Amino acid sequence: MISLYLAQRTWLHAVPAGWKLLALALISLALAPLDSLPVMSGLLVAVLALYVSLGKAALAQIALLRPLWPLFLILLAFHWWNGDVLAGLVVLARILAMVLLANAVTMTTRMDAMMDAVEPLLRPLGWFGVAPRAVALAVAMMIRLIPLLFALWEGLNESWRARTGKRGGWRLLAPFCIQTVRLSHHTAEALAARGGAPRHNRR
Amino acid sequence: MKDRTLVQVALYAAIFAMLGLLPRFDLPFAAGVPITAQSMGAMLAGVMLGAWRGALAMVLLLFVVALGAPLLAGGRGGLGVFFTPSVGFVFGWIAVAFVAGWIMQALRRAPVFPAALIAAVLGGIVVMYAFGIAGLALVGGLSVLDATKACLVFIPGDAIKAVLVALIAQTVARGMPEALLSRNA
Repeated sequence: MISLYLAQRTWLHAVPAGWKLLALALISLALAPLDSLPVMSGLLVAVLALYVSLGKAALAQIALLRPLWPLFLILLAFHWWNGDVLAGLVVLARILAMVLLANAVTMTTRMDAMMDAVEPLLRPLGWFGVAPRAVALAVAMMIRLIPLLFALWEGLNESWRARTGKRGGWRLLAPFCIQTVRLSHHTAEALAARGGAPRHNRR
Repeated sequence: MKDRTLVQVALYAAIFAMLGLLPRFDLPFAAGVPITAQSMGAMLAGVMLGAWRGALAMVLLLFVVALGAPLLAGGRGGLGVFFTPSVGFVFGWIAVAFVAGWIMQALRRAPVFPAALIAAVLGGIVVMYAFGIAGLALVGGLSVLDATKACLVFIPGDAIKAVLVALIAQTVARGMPEALLSRNA
Protein backbone atom coordinates (compact mmCIF):
# COMPACT_ATOMS: atom_id res chain seq x y z
CA MET A 1 0.00 0.00 0.00
CA ILE A 2 1.29 3.44 -0.88
CA SER A 3 1.64 5.34 2.36
CA LEU A 4 0.69 8.98 2.60
CA TYR A 5 2.78 9.37 5.74
CA LEU A 6 6.32 10.75 5.39
CA ALA A 7 8.76 8.53 7.26
CA GLN A 8 11.42 11.21 7.24
CA ARG A 9 10.82 13.53 10.20
CA THR A 10 10.22 17.23 9.56
CA TRP A 11 9.45 20.11 11.88
CA LEU A 12 5.73 19.62 11.24
CA HIS A 13 5.98 16.06 12.61
CA ALA A 14 6.81 17.55 16.00
CA VAL A 15 3.61 19.62 16.17
CA PRO A 16 0.88 17.73 18.10
CA ALA A 17 -1.83 16.23 15.90
CA GLY A 18 -4.60 18.10 17.71
CA TRP A 19 -3.03 21.49 16.93
CA LYS A 20 -2.58 20.62 13.26
CA LEU A 21 -6.21 19.50 12.96
CA LEU A 22 -7.43 22.63 14.75
CA ALA A 23 -5.32 24.87 12.49
CA LEU A 24 -6.65 23.12 9.39
CA ALA A 25 -10.24 23.51 10.56
CA LEU A 26 -9.76 27.19 11.45
CA ILE A 27 -8.07 28.02 8.15
CA SER A 28 -10.77 26.31 6.12
CA LEU A 29 -13.48 28.16 8.09
CA ALA A 30 -11.70 31.51 7.74
CA LEU A 31 -11.36 31.04 3.98
CA ALA A 32 -14.96 30.09 3.35
CA PRO A 33 -16.30 33.66 2.93
CA LEU A 34 -13.26 34.97 1.01
CA ASP A 35 -13.08 34.94 -2.77
CA SER A 36 -10.42 37.30 -4.04
CA LEU A 37 -7.69 36.09 -6.36
CA PRO A 38 -4.81 37.83 -4.49
CA VAL A 39 -5.80 36.21 -1.17
CA MET A 40 -6.17 32.76 -2.71
CA SER A 41 -2.98 32.87 -4.73
CA GLY A 42 -1.17 34.24 -1.67
CA LEU A 43 -2.47 31.26 0.30
CA LEU A 44 -1.37 28.86 -2.43
CA VAL A 45 2.14 30.37 -2.42
CA ALA A 46 2.24 30.09 1.38
CA VAL A 47 1.22 26.43 1.24
CA LEU A 48 3.88 25.73 -1.41
CA ALA A 49 6.44 27.47 0.82
CA LEU A 50 5.33 25.13 3.62
CA TYR A 51 6.02 22.16 1.33
CA VAL A 52 9.45 23.53 0.44
CA SER A 53 10.24 23.84 4.15
CA LEU A 54 9.25 20.19 4.64
CA GLY A 55 11.81 19.01 2.11
CA LYS A 56 12.04 17.05 -1.11
CA ALA A 57 9.93 14.07 -0.04
CA ALA A 58 7.03 16.40 0.74
CA LEU A 59 7.33 18.14 -2.63
CA ALA A 60 7.21 14.75 -4.35
CA GLN A 61 3.85 14.11 -2.66
CA ILE A 62 2.32 16.95 -4.72
CA ALA A 63 2.22 14.38 -7.52
CA LEU A 64 -0.68 12.79 -5.63
CA LEU A 65 -2.84 15.55 -7.09
CA ARG A 66 -2.46 14.08 -10.57
CA PRO A 67 -5.81 12.24 -10.59
CA LEU A 68 -7.51 15.58 -9.90
CA TRP A 69 -6.23 17.41 -12.99
CA PRO A 70 -9.05 16.33 -15.34
CA LEU A 71 -11.56 17.58 -12.79
CA PHE A 72 -9.71 20.91 -12.51
CA LEU A 73 -9.74 21.30 -16.29
CA ILE A 74 -13.47 20.60 -16.42
CA LEU A 75 -14.10 23.15 -13.65
CA LEU A 76 -12.05 25.77 -15.43
CA ALA A 77 -13.78 25.01 -18.73
CA PHE A 78 -17.20 25.56 -17.17
CA HIS A 79 -16.16 28.87 -15.63
CA TRP A 80 -14.61 29.97 -18.92
CA TRP A 81 -17.80 29.01 -20.75
CA ASN A 82 -19.76 31.22 -18.34
CA GLY A 83 -17.38 34.08 -19.12
CA ASP A 84 -15.77 34.23 -15.69
CA VAL A 85 -12.31 32.71 -15.89
CA LEU A 86 -11.24 34.77 -12.87
CA ALA A 87 -13.82 33.11 -10.61
CA GLY A 88 -12.60 29.75 -11.92
CA LEU A 89 -9.01 30.58 -11.00
CA VAL A 90 -10.05 31.66 -7.50
CA VAL A 91 -11.96 28.40 -6.98
CA LEU A 92 -9.03 26.39 -8.31
CA ALA A 93 -6.48 28.16 -6.12
CA ARG A 94 -8.69 27.63 -3.07
CA ILE A 95 -9.14 23.90 -3.78
CA LEU A 96 -5.43 23.36 -4.51
CA ALA A 97 -4.32 25.21 -1.39
CA MET A 98 -6.77 23.42 0.92
CA VAL A 99 -6.08 19.94 -0.50
CA LEU A 100 -2.33 20.48 -0.19
CA LEU A 101 -2.67 21.88 3.32
CA ALA A 102 -4.84 18.96 4.44
CA ASN A 103 -2.37 16.54 2.85
CA ALA A 104 0.45 18.20 4.75
CA VAL A 105 -1.33 17.31 8.00
CA THR A 106 -1.83 13.72 6.85
CA MET A 107 1.79 13.46 5.67
CA THR A 108 3.22 14.48 9.01
CA THR A 109 0.85 12.71 11.44
CA ARG A 110 0.91 9.01 12.25
CA MET A 111 -2.48 7.28 12.12
CA ASP A 112 -2.34 6.33 15.79
CA ALA A 113 -1.52 9.92 16.80
CA MET A 114 -4.49 11.06 14.71
CA MET A 115 -6.69 8.46 16.39
CA ASP A 116 -5.61 9.65 19.85
CA ALA A 117 -6.25 13.27 18.86
CA VAL A 118 -9.84 12.58 17.80
CA GLU A 119 -10.69 10.14 20.58
CA PRO A 120 -12.12 12.89 22.85
CA LEU A 121 -14.46 13.82 19.98
CA LEU A 122 -15.74 10.23 19.94
CA ARG A 123 -16.70 10.30 23.61
CA PRO A 124 -20.29 11.47 22.95
CA LEU A 125 -20.77 8.17 21.06
CA GLY A 126 -20.82 6.54 24.49
CA TRP A 127 -24.29 8.01 25.02
CA PHE A 128 -25.50 5.85 22.14
CA GLY A 129 -23.85 2.74 23.55
CA VAL A 130 -20.77 2.81 21.31
CA ALA A 131 -17.52 2.79 23.29
CA PRO A 132 -14.68 4.79 21.69
CA ARG A 133 -12.52 1.70 22.26
CA ALA A 134 -14.92 -0.24 20.05
CA VAL A 135 -14.36 2.37 17.33
CA ALA A 136 -10.60 1.84 17.60
CA LEU A 137 -11.18 -1.92 17.35
CA ALA A 138 -13.34 -1.48 14.25
CA VAL A 139 -10.65 0.66 12.63
CA ALA A 140 -7.94 -1.91 13.35
CA MET A 141 -10.14 -4.76 12.21
CA MET A 142 -11.00 -3.04 8.95
CA ILE A 143 -7.35 -2.37 8.12
CA ARG A 144 -6.44 -5.96 8.99
CA LEU A 145 -9.28 -7.32 6.84
CA ILE A 146 -8.09 -5.65 3.63
CA PRO A 147 -5.10 -7.96 2.94
CA LEU A 148 -7.23 -10.96 3.95
CA LEU A 149 -9.87 -9.94 1.43
CA PHE A 150 -7.21 -9.58 -1.26
CA ALA A 151 -5.99 -13.12 -0.54
CA LEU A 152 -9.57 -14.39 -0.72
CA TRP A 153 -10.09 -12.62 -4.04
CA GLU A 154 -6.84 -14.01 -5.44
CA GLY A 155 -7.90 -17.51 -4.44
CA LEU A 156 -11.22 -17.17 -6.25
CA ASN A 157 -9.47 -15.65 -9.25
CA GLU A 158 -7.03 -18.56 -9.49
CA SER A 159 -9.81 -21.14 -9.29
CA TRP A 160 -11.68 -19.31 -12.01
CA ARG A 161 -8.57 -19.16 -14.17
CA ALA A 162 -7.93 -22.86 -13.68
CA ARG A 163 -11.42 -23.60 -14.97
CA THR A 164 -11.71 -21.10 -17.82
CA GLY A 165 -8.25 -19.73 -18.60
CA LYS A 166 -9.55 -16.17 -18.22
CA ARG A 167 -9.65 -13.58 -15.46
CA GLY A 168 -12.77 -13.71 -13.33
CA GLY A 169 -13.36 -9.96 -12.90
CA TRP A 170 -16.85 -8.97 -11.78
CA ARG A 171 -18.11 -12.56 -11.91
CA LEU A 172 -16.19 -13.27 -8.72
CA LEU A 173 -18.12 -10.69 -6.73
CA ALA A 174 -21.04 -12.88 -5.67
CA PRO A 175 -18.97 -15.86 -4.44
CA PHE A 176 -16.62 -13.33 -2.89
CA CYS A 177 -19.46 -11.75 -0.88
CA ILE A 178 -20.61 -15.17 0.35
CA GLN A 179 -17.10 -16.10 1.46
CA THR A 180 -16.54 -12.79 3.21
CA VAL A 181 -19.76 -13.22 5.19
CA ARG A 182 -18.50 -16.63 6.28
CA LEU A 183 -15.20 -14.99 7.24
CA SER A 184 -17.07 -12.35 9.27
CA HIS A 185 -18.98 -15.04 11.18
CA HIS A 186 -15.70 -16.73 12.16
CA THR A 187 -14.19 -13.38 13.15
CA ALA A 188 -17.22 -12.51 15.29
CA GLU A 189 -17.03 -15.88 17.02
CA ALA A 190 -13.31 -15.45 17.66
CA LEU A 191 -14.00 -11.98 19.05
CA ALA A 192 -16.75 -13.29 21.32
CA ALA A 193 -14.46 -16.07 22.53
CA ARG A 194 -11.98 -13.42 23.60
CA GLY A 195 -14.52 -11.51 25.64
CA GLY A 196 -16.23 -9.51 22.89
CA ALA A 197 -15.90 -5.94 21.70
CA PRO A 198 -15.16 -3.32 24.38
CA ARG A 199 -18.36 -1.93 25.90
CA HIS A 200 -16.77 0.55 28.26
CA ASN A 201 -13.92 2.92 27.78
CA ARG A 202 -11.53 1.15 30.12
CA ARG A 203 -8.17 0.09 28.78
CA MET B 1 -23.41 -2.94 19.62
CA LYS B 2 -23.13 -6.68 19.06
CA ASP B 3 -19.80 -8.26 18.13
CA ARG B 4 -21.24 -9.53 14.89
CA THR B 5 -22.49 -6.09 13.88
CA LEU B 6 -19.07 -4.60 14.57
CA VAL B 7 -17.36 -7.21 12.40
CA GLN B 8 -19.87 -6.80 9.58
CA VAL B 9 -19.46 -3.04 9.57
CA ALA B 10 -15.67 -3.42 9.45
CA LEU B 11 -16.02 -6.06 6.73
CA TYR B 12 -18.04 -3.92 4.34
CA ALA B 13 -15.80 -0.91 4.96
CA ALA B 14 -12.87 -3.17 4.02
CA ILE B 15 -14.68 -4.49 0.93
CA PHE B 16 -15.28 -0.91 -0.16
CA ALA B 17 -11.58 -0.14 0.23
CA MET B 18 -10.62 -3.31 -1.62
CA LEU B 19 -12.88 -2.51 -4.57
CA GLY B 20 -10.95 0.73 -5.05
CA LEU B 21 -7.57 -0.98 -4.89
CA LEU B 22 -8.39 -3.81 -7.28
CA PRO B 23 -7.15 -3.36 -10.82
CA ARG B 24 -9.92 -2.03 -13.01
CA PHE B 25 -12.67 -4.45 -13.82
CA ASP B 26 -13.36 -5.21 -17.42
CA LEU B 27 -17.03 -4.48 -17.30
CA PRO B 28 -18.74 -6.32 -20.14
CA PHE B 29 -20.87 -3.55 -21.64
CA ALA B 30 -18.89 -0.41 -20.95
CA ALA B 31 -15.61 -0.49 -22.80
CA GLY B 32 -13.86 2.83 -22.40
CA VAL B 33 -16.12 4.39 -19.78
CA PRO B 34 -14.01 5.43 -16.79
CA ILE B 35 -15.30 3.18 -14.05
CA THR B 36 -13.92 2.43 -10.67
CA ALA B 37 -15.71 -0.34 -8.88
CA GLN B 38 -15.62 1.66 -5.69
CA SER B 39 -19.00 3.36 -5.58
CA MET B 40 -20.43 -0.13 -5.92
CA GLY B 41 -19.13 -0.71 -2.41
CA ALA B 42 -21.59 1.82 -0.99
CA MET B 43 -24.55 0.21 -2.78
CA LEU B 44 -23.36 -3.25 -1.70
CA ALA B 45 -23.01 -2.21 1.93
CA GLY B 46 -26.58 -0.90 1.97
CA VAL B 47 -28.14 -3.77 0.03
CA MET B 48 -26.33 -6.43 2.05
CA LEU B 49 -26.31 -4.94 5.55
CA GLY B 50 -29.44 -2.79 5.65
CA ALA B 51 -29.75 0.91 6.40
CA TRP B 52 -28.00 1.50 9.73
CA ARG B 53 -25.19 -1.01 9.47
CA GLY B 54 -24.54 -0.05 5.85
CA ALA B 55 -24.31 3.64 6.74
CA LEU B 56 -22.04 2.82 9.69
CA ALA B 57 -19.72 0.88 7.39
CA MET B 58 -19.35 3.98 5.22
CA VAL B 59 -18.81 6.21 8.26
CA LEU B 60 -16.04 3.87 9.41
CA LEU B 61 -14.44 3.94 5.98
CA LEU B 62 -14.45 7.74 5.81
CA PHE B 63 -13.07 7.88 9.35
CA VAL B 64 -10.12 5.65 8.43
CA VAL B 65 -9.53 7.66 5.25
CA ALA B 66 -9.50 10.86 7.33
CA LEU B 67 -7.02 9.26 9.73
CA GLY B 68 -4.66 9.03 6.76
CA ALA B 69 -5.13 5.70 4.99
CA PRO B 70 -4.98 5.85 1.17
CA LEU B 71 -8.03 3.64 0.65
CA LEU B 72 -9.93 5.43 -2.09
CA ALA B 73 -9.63 4.57 -5.79
CA GLY B 74 -6.22 5.39 -7.19
CA GLY B 75 -4.59 5.39 -3.75
CA ARG B 76 -6.22 8.64 -2.65
CA GLY B 77 -6.85 9.28 1.01
CA GLY B 78 -5.99 11.46 3.93
CA LEU B 79 -7.62 14.72 4.91
CA GLY B 80 -7.09 16.20 1.43
CA VAL B 81 -9.98 14.12 0.07
CA PHE B 82 -12.44 16.19 2.08
CA PHE B 83 -11.39 19.40 0.34
CA THR B 84 -11.65 18.22 -3.27
CA PRO B 85 -14.68 19.03 -5.45
CA SER B 86 -15.75 15.37 -5.26
CA VAL B 87 -16.35 15.63 -1.52
CA GLY B 88 -20.11 15.49 -2.16
CA PHE B 89 -19.80 11.97 -3.52
CA VAL B 90 -17.58 10.97 -0.61
CA PHE B 91 -20.13 12.01 2.01
CA GLY B 92 -22.89 10.83 -0.30
CA TRP B 93 -21.74 7.23 0.17
CA ILE B 94 -23.12 7.28 3.71
CA ALA B 95 -26.53 8.34 2.41
CA VAL B 96 -26.27 5.86 -0.47
CA ALA B 97 -25.78 2.94 1.88
CA PHE B 98 -28.54 4.16 4.19
CA VAL B 99 -31.14 4.70 1.47
CA ALA B 100 -30.27 1.50 -0.41
CA GLY B 101 -30.46 -0.47 2.83
CA TRP B 102 -33.71 1.16 3.86
CA ILE B 103 -35.37 0.38 0.52
CA MET B 104 -34.07 -3.18 0.69
CA GLN B 105 -35.64 -3.58 4.12
CA ALA B 106 -38.88 -1.95 3.02
CA LEU B 107 -39.14 -4.34 0.05
CA ARG B 108 -38.35 -7.38 2.19
CA ARG B 109 -41.21 -9.41 0.71
CA ALA B 110 -40.42 -8.60 -2.94
CA PRO B 111 -38.15 -10.88 -5.00
CA VAL B 112 -34.47 -10.09 -4.44
CA PHE B 113 -33.38 -8.94 -7.89
CA PRO B 114 -35.98 -6.19 -8.48
CA ALA B 115 -35.78 -5.06 -4.85
CA ALA B 116 -31.99 -4.78 -4.96
CA LEU B 117 -32.11 -3.05 -8.34
CA ILE B 118 -34.56 -0.41 -7.08
CA ALA B 119 -32.44 0.04 -3.94
CA ALA B 120 -29.21 0.36 -5.91
CA VAL B 121 -30.66 2.77 -8.49
CA LEU B 122 -32.44 5.06 -6.00
CA GLY B 123 -29.58 4.94 -3.52
CA GLY B 124 -26.55 4.59 -5.77
CA ILE B 125 -27.64 6.95 -8.53
CA VAL B 126 -30.39 9.35 -7.38
CA VAL B 127 -29.07 9.95 -3.86
CA MET B 128 -25.38 9.79 -4.78
CA TYR B 129 -25.68 12.34 -7.57
CA ALA B 130 -27.82 14.64 -5.44
CA PHE B 131 -24.94 14.77 -2.95
CA GLY B 132 -22.21 14.75 -5.60
CA ILE B 133 -23.72 17.56 -7.64
CA ALA B 134 -24.33 19.67 -4.53
CA GLY B 135 -20.69 19.19 -3.51
CA LEU B 136 -19.35 20.03 -6.94
CA ALA B 137 -21.52 23.14 -7.12
CA LEU B 138 -20.44 24.34 -3.66
CA VAL B 139 -16.72 23.56 -3.79
CA GLY B 140 -16.26 24.19 -7.50
CA GLY B 141 -18.31 27.37 -7.57
CA LEU B 142 -20.53 26.07 -10.38
CA SER B 143 -24.26 26.49 -10.89
CA VAL B 144 -26.28 23.36 -10.15
CA LEU B 145 -27.05 22.97 -13.84
CA ASP B 146 -23.37 23.09 -14.84
CA ALA B 147 -22.41 20.72 -12.04
CA THR B 148 -25.07 18.31 -13.28
CA LYS B 149 -23.70 18.48 -16.81
CA ALA B 150 -20.20 17.72 -15.54
CA CYS B 151 -21.47 14.58 -13.80
CA LEU B 152 -23.62 13.13 -16.59
CA VAL B 153 -20.76 11.13 -18.17
CA PHE B 154 -20.56 8.86 -15.16
CA ILE B 155 -24.22 7.88 -14.90
CA PRO B 156 -24.10 5.02 -17.46
CA GLY B 157 -21.27 3.42 -15.49
CA ASP B 158 -23.23 3.66 -12.27
CA ALA B 159 -26.29 2.18 -13.94
CA ILE B 160 -24.19 -0.87 -14.85
CA LYS B 161 -22.92 -1.06 -11.30
CA ALA B 162 -26.48 -0.96 -9.96
CA VAL B 163 -27.40 -3.93 -12.17
CA LEU B 164 -24.28 -5.78 -11.00
CA VAL B 165 -25.17 -5.15 -7.36
CA ALA B 166 -28.66 -6.54 -7.96
CA LEU B 167 -27.19 -9.62 -9.68
CA ILE B 168 -24.79 -10.16 -6.79
CA ALA B 169 -27.58 -9.78 -4.24
CA GLN B 170 -29.64 -12.36 -6.09
CA THR B 171 -26.76 -14.82 -6.33
CA VAL B 172 -25.93 -14.37 -2.67
CA ALA B 173 -29.60 -14.84 -1.73
CA ARG B 174 -29.51 -18.20 -3.51
CA GLY B 175 -26.14 -19.35 -2.25
CA MET B 176 -26.32 -18.19 1.36
CA PRO B 177 -29.66 -16.55 2.18
CA GLU B 178 -28.61 -15.56 5.71
CA ALA B 179 -25.80 -13.43 4.24
CA LEU B 180 -28.37 -10.94 2.99
CA LEU B 181 -28.69 -9.31 6.40
CA SER B 182 -30.98 -6.57 5.14
CA ARG B 183 -33.68 -9.23 4.77
CA ASN B 184 -33.51 -11.10 8.02
CA ALA B 185 -32.81 -8.31 10.46
